[in-house]
Amino acid sequence: MSELPGDLLYTSEHEWLRRENDGSVTVGVTDHAQSALGDLVYVELPEVGQDVDSGGDMAVVESVKAASDVYAPIDGSIVAVNEELADDPEKVNADPYGDGWIVRIKPNESIDESTLMAPDAYQELLDQEDA
Amino acid sequence: MGSKTPLYDKHVEAGARIVDFGGWDMPLHYGSQKEEHHAVRQRAGMFDVSHMTIVDLRGERVRDFLRHLLANDVAKLQVHGKALYTCMLNEQGGVIDDLIVYFLGETWFRLIVNAATRDKDLAWIRQHAVGYDVDVHERAELAMIAVQGPSARELAASCIDAEWREQALELKLFTGMEAGGLFVARTGYTGEDGWEIVVPAERAPAVWDQLVAAGVAPCGLGARDTLRLEAAMNLYGSDMDESISPLEAGLGWTIAWDPDDRDFIGRGPLEAMRAAATKRRFVGLLLEDKGVLRNHQRVVVEGVGEGEITSGGFSPTIGRSIALARVPAGDYESAHVDVRGKLLNVRIVKTPFVRNGQVRIDI
Repeated sequence: MSELPGDLLYTSEHEWLRRENDGSVTVGVTDHAQSALGDLVYVELPEVGQDVDSGGDMAVVESVKAASDVYAPIDGSIVAVNEELADDPEKVNADPYGDGWIVRIKPNESIDESTLMAPDAYQELLDQEDA
Repeated sequence: MGSKTPLYDKHVEAGARIVDFGGWDMPLHYGSQKEEHHAVRQRAGMFDVSHMTIVDLRGERVRDFLRHLLANDVAKLQVHGKALYTCMLNEQGGVIDDLIVYFLGETWFRLIVNAATRDKDLAWIRQHAVGYDVDVHERAELAMIAVQGPSARELAASCIDAEWREQALELKLFTGMEAGGLFVARTGYTGEDGWEIVVPAERAPAVWDQLVAAGVAPCGLGARDTLRLEAAMNLYGSDMDESISPLEAGLGWTIAWDPDDRDFIGRGPLEAMRAAATKRRFVGLLLEDKGVLRNHQRVVVEGVGEGEITSGGFSPTIGRSIALARVPAGDYESAHVDVRGKLLNVRIVKTPFVRNGQVRIDI
C-alpha cells in the first residue's frame, strides 16, 4: 500500500503536484512510482529557466533497473530544481513527497485541474493497475 | 501467470517484487536491490535459480558427444564433479547458449543451461544426441539455490548433512559433489566465492529457510544482474546470441582449439573468423560523467567507428555506471556513448570491474 497525501494532485504518469503559496507548483514522483522503480541512482534534471510543455518529458529518473521519464504536468517554466538529488538520488525513494521533490514550475496560466487527479481518483488508478 | 519455482511462496512471503523472467514469475528484489547487491559483496546472499534448466546426459559415448556439441573441451574434465564453462554453437559459430557442464561419471554428464533458451537448447541437444545413443533427461524436479559472498560457504554449511560438510567446504573452485541428496558446487555468477546447491524441489523450501536462519540474505534477479555485470560475466541474449560468435563476446578463452582435429559444431566458421582480422572487440566501459549506461546505447569512437553497449547499468560497488560493449577494433582508450542525444565520456577498462569484493579498475 503506497502513501498518498491528500493535499496533492496527481497525474496518470505517477507524478504529484503541490500548489505553493507563491503560485509555483512543486512536482515529484509518487511513492508508487519510486517503489516500482527501485533504488534510484541518478536523476537528470532540467535547467532553471527552461520552458516545459504539459505532457513533455522534463527529467529522467534512473534506478539500478531502468530509466524512466518524468513528464511536465503543466505548461510553464522551471524556476527551481532539487540540486541535492545530484549527489543523493535516493532521497526520491526515502521521501518522495518531501526531500525527494524534483522541480518547481511557474505555470504559464491558471492550472487546468481537469487534466489532473485528486487523491481518490489516483488511488482508483493504482487499484486498477494492481488488478 | 508464469511458471513458479518451488520457492515462489517463500519470495511472496518475504515481500518480493515479482516480475516475469523468460516465462517465470521470479523475485526482482525484496525491498532494495542495492542492499542485496552489497550483501553478496560483503557477506552472503542467495538467489533462487530454480528456473534454470538442468539436463542429465547418460550413455557410453556421452564424452564423445559433448566434445562434438560444445566449443570448450570436456576432455579437460577428468576429476569427478569438475565443471567447465562453455558455449554451445550453431553451425555458423553463433552462440545458441552458454552453459556449465559437470563431469559426474564416465557415462554421466550434467548441463545447466539458461531458462529462456530451454526449448531450443533441448531440441538442439536431442537432435545431435541421436547419433551418439545418449539419453537426454531434463531434471525439472530439481530446484537450485545460489549462495554467494565471502561468508557464503561458511553460512551455508549448516544446510549440509554433517557427514558431508567438511568435504563440501573443501571443494575446489568449479567443482561439485553429491552431499546427502543435495548437489553442491563451488560455482556462481557474481564474482564472489560461494556454492550453487541443487536440491530436490520438495526439500527446497526447507533448505531456503535454513539459509535464512543462518543469516544469508535473499536476493533477487536485479542484484544478480548488477553483480554479474561488475564481474563482467556475460548474459545470454544481451551480450551474445546466435548471430554473435564467442570471439566477439569476450569468450574466446572458452574455445578449446586444441587438439586441432576435434570436430565441434561451429568450428569451421570460427577458425575463419579467428584467421581474419578481428573487426569488433568486446570491452568494459566506465562512465566518466554522471548518468547511467544502458543496453543498446550507441558507442561512438571518433575516427574509428561505432559500437553498442550490450549490458549497461549502475555499479553499486563502484558507485558509477559501467557497461560491456561490442566496439570497433582499434587502439583507443576512450570513447563516447550516446545517452538520450548527449555524448557522454567513457573510458575503456580491463574487466572484471569487481571481483571478490575488490574494485579491480582504476577509478
